[in-house]
Amino acid sequence: MIYVFWGALIAVAAAMVGFVYRVIKGPTIPDRVVALDALGVALISIIALLSVVMKTQFFLEIILLLGILSFIGTVAFSKFIERGEIFERDDNNH
Amino acid sequence: MSPVFLIFVPMLAAILVPFLFKKIKNMHTGWFVLAIPLALFIVYASFVPVTMKGEFIVSELQWIPSLGINFISYIDGLSLLFSLLITGIGSLVVLYSIYYLDKNRESLHNFYVFLLMFMTAMLGVVQSENLIALYLFWELTSISSFLLIGYWFTRDRSRFGALKSMLITVFGGLLMLGGFILLGIMGHTFSIRELIGQTPELASNPLFILALVLVLFGAFTKSAQFPFYIWLPDAMEAPTPVSAYLHSATMVKAGLYLVARLTPIFAVSSTWIWLVTGIGLFTLFWGSLFAAKQKDLKAILAFSTVSQLGLIMSLLGAGSIAYHVDNAANSVFKFAAFAAIFHLINHATFKGSLFMIAGIVDHETGTRDIRKLGGLMSIMPVSFTIALIGSFSMAGLPPFNGFLSKEMFLTAILALSDFNLFSFDGLGSLFIVFAWVASVFTFVYSFYFLFHTFAGKHKPEELPKQAHEAPFGMLLPAGILGLFVIMIFFIPNVVGNAFIKPAVAAIQPFLYQTPSDIDITISAWHGFNTEFFMTVGIFLLGGLLFWTLEKWRKAYDLVPNSLNSLYDGMRYMSETGANRFSNWYMTGYIRTYLIYIFTFLIAAVTGTLLLKNAFVIDFESVSSISIYTIIVIVILIAATTAILFARSRLTAIISLGAVGFSVALLFVIFKAPDLALTQLVIETVSVALFLLAFYHLPEISRNEVRMRFRLRNALIAFGVGVTVTLVALASFAQKAFPSISEFYKETVETEAGGGNIVNVILVDYRGFDTLFEITVLAIAGIGIYGMIKLRLSRKENKLENK
Repeated sequence: MIYVFWGALIAVAAAMVGFVYRVIKGPTIPDRVVALDALGVALISIIALLSVVMKTQFFLEIILLLGILSFIGTVAFSKFIERGEIFERDDNNH
Repeated sequence: MSPVFLIFVPMLAAILVPFLFKKIKNMHTGWFVLAIPLALFIVYASFVPVTMKGEFIVSELQWIPSLGINFISYIDGLSLLFSLLITGIGSLVVLYSIYYLDKNRESLHNFYVFLLMFMTAMLGVVQSENLIALYLFWELTSISSFLLIGYWFTRDRSRFGALKSMLITVFGGLLMLGGFILLGIMGHTFSIRELIGQTPELASNPLFILALVLVLFGAFTKSAQFPFYIWLPDAMEAPTPVSAYLHSATMVKAGLYLVARLTPIFAVSSTWIWLVTGIGLFTLFWGSLFAAKQKDLKAILAFSTVSQLGLIMSLLGAGSIAYHVDNAANSVFKFAAFAAIFHLINHATFKGSLFMIAGIVDHETGTRDIRKLGGLMSIMPVSFTIALIGSFSMAGLPPFNGFLSKEMFLTAILALSDFNLFSFDGLGSLFIVFAWVASVFTFVYSFYFLFHTFAGKHKPEELPKQAHEAPFGMLLPAGILGLFVIMIFFIPNVVGNAFIKPAVAAIQPFLYQTPSDIDITISAWHGFNTEFFMTVGIFLLGGLLFWTLEKWRKAYDLVPNSLNSLYDGMRYMSETGANRFSNWYMTGYIRTYLIYIFTFLIAAVTGTLLLKNAFVIDFESVSSISIYTIIVIVILIAATTAILFARSRLTAIISLGAVGFSVALLFVIFKAPDLALTQLVIETVSVALFLLAFYHLPEISRNEVRMRFRLRNALIAFGVGVTVTLVALASFAQKAFPSISEFYKETVETEAGGGNIVNVILVDYRGFDTLFEITVLAIAGIGIYGMIKLRLSRKENKLENK
């Protein structure tokens, strides 16, 4: 049974290499952002698999956190690409 | 009233002076001040019968008893003599200053406060029995002298003179403090009498010579001995009453007092005798040589003071020899201490009056330049008479007191050639030559001072003022001193019994039981002996030299005034040198300072490791390394290397993020979930902040080509890395105690009621740290908010982003 998890780990790692290639190469910025988002998801799966391999449940919080961070990061980057800034100011700024 | 309080009377009176000056306008403030030294003089004079019997008066005021530091007033013959000089001449000087300083134009409240402060300081110096209290008063004399020299503070020369005298005397004072502390360490007491009691033990102490030299530094700087005399001529910028009081009669004699007071401790050492006698004689010679060169009346008197102080100093040194000869009571060296004290009194009288005359001449003609003066004899007959008495006494002519002390001086110096200890023989005759030549020059400058001021042709066109005789009040104090000069010549033994013998008994306590044991009588005539012929020689050669003064005056121009230029050069060098030094190492670049810090770290830590043999590696307790760890470490190293060799900043930032995330992964592997959580979040936020900073970089430097390689930086970085690694390995190998964590593991459930050991430590066992880390975070947040919002330099509210 454990070999299944090992295999999955290797597969996810290989996928990550692919994502990293896209981050470095990716002709446009949206390409890179999508690749980064995918990398985040891949990290989540790696930690989940590692928790299974190490037989511990202490890292489940990290998975949640990574999910949030990855989402926020992607949204922030998207907004940056679309509007040019992340936090908008009020017009009657004080 | 206990005598120790008398010391502080002038200081307390000084508090009232500004009020008197402000409130009572139509009366000169000096009249109120005059009462204080006069009253003190009378009180001190009433102690004379006590000290004449060889007894002393001690009174104590507790100051810091736990450290053995107290104000102890110890009045024996020596301190009483000085106290009488201080208060007596103090009264005369205050009287003189009433007429000298105008009550409408001068800031008298300052003047008399400084003067009274000085009086307290000086009384404290001569009466203190405790070395530390003595030092306190000693520095107080330096400070009040500084204030008095700089009294006309709008003049450049006054400030220069004040600073110079301050620097030199405080330099000596600090060294003297060192000597005092050494004495305190050696004798376990600061009390002078107790130290005198344990002289033999002190002399065998290795610190003895060092203490001796340090104390002498203080005495020599204060008493203007060679080569520290240079401040005294520049101190002549002070008002003349100050010059008369401080720089001839009292303060410059503080060094002499110290030498005399500590003679019983130090006289056993040959270094003491050599230094005191040698430096004193050389100062005598040097000062007399330069006095005739001066063109300013007060400068002549200043160099003459230097020279006469050297004379007294050399006599004190010769008096110390009495501790080394057998049958001292019959030897001629006991004579030297007597002559020293005698001349000290004489010098105070005639020099005080001469300074007052110089002040009168300045006051009534408007100049002190001796080239413009002349022919004042018929215009100022009274001043001339007093000046004649003073100058003739200074030159050593009968029937004035200077004659007597000069004869005694020659006797003592002649005796030096018979003294054989400490390889004195041979040099003794050199001393005689020095002393004799100095006496000749003393004769020359005394006549030069007198006759070039009062004789010759009157030059009214060169004088700023119409010359006329001084008011009676100004002549009175000078006249009283002149009267003393003559009186002492005719009744020297009265003075000798009342003041000199008790003082000598204090300097040489081992030789005499009571002052009346000293069987010295002063006589004006003691037959046709060597001294007599030497005196005749002085008169003849001195007269000849004075007669031909103008002919050889040009020779003086060849003598450079190198000691003053040495002082100026030293000040210039220390200023520019210190400037250059700090400019050299304080470059203003953080990188330079970081290089200093890291180099020091490497040197200090590896040095300590090597010196203490602390470098040990122990592989016994190392645990096995898993494969994940190796992989993560490889990633970590790769990412770190990428930072160093990155072409663009963006790559560096991303690599830094990679480092952070791999550290988080390490935390996962080493089973620290809380740390991993925090590390992830913080790393994300800080990478975002780095990106923010990067985004706002100016266009030009945004894409800088990679960091340049510098060998020095590389070496230092390598060194720091190796150092830290060594320390980590060494400290891992030498764990002295087992960890405390077992306690936490056992009690986290029972004591704290928690399951997460990290969190329980953070908020329960050691919650205090957490509190302040929260505070740090709050401060950082407020700081950032403040930096962004608060723009005091730019008034208009401008948007940063747009």
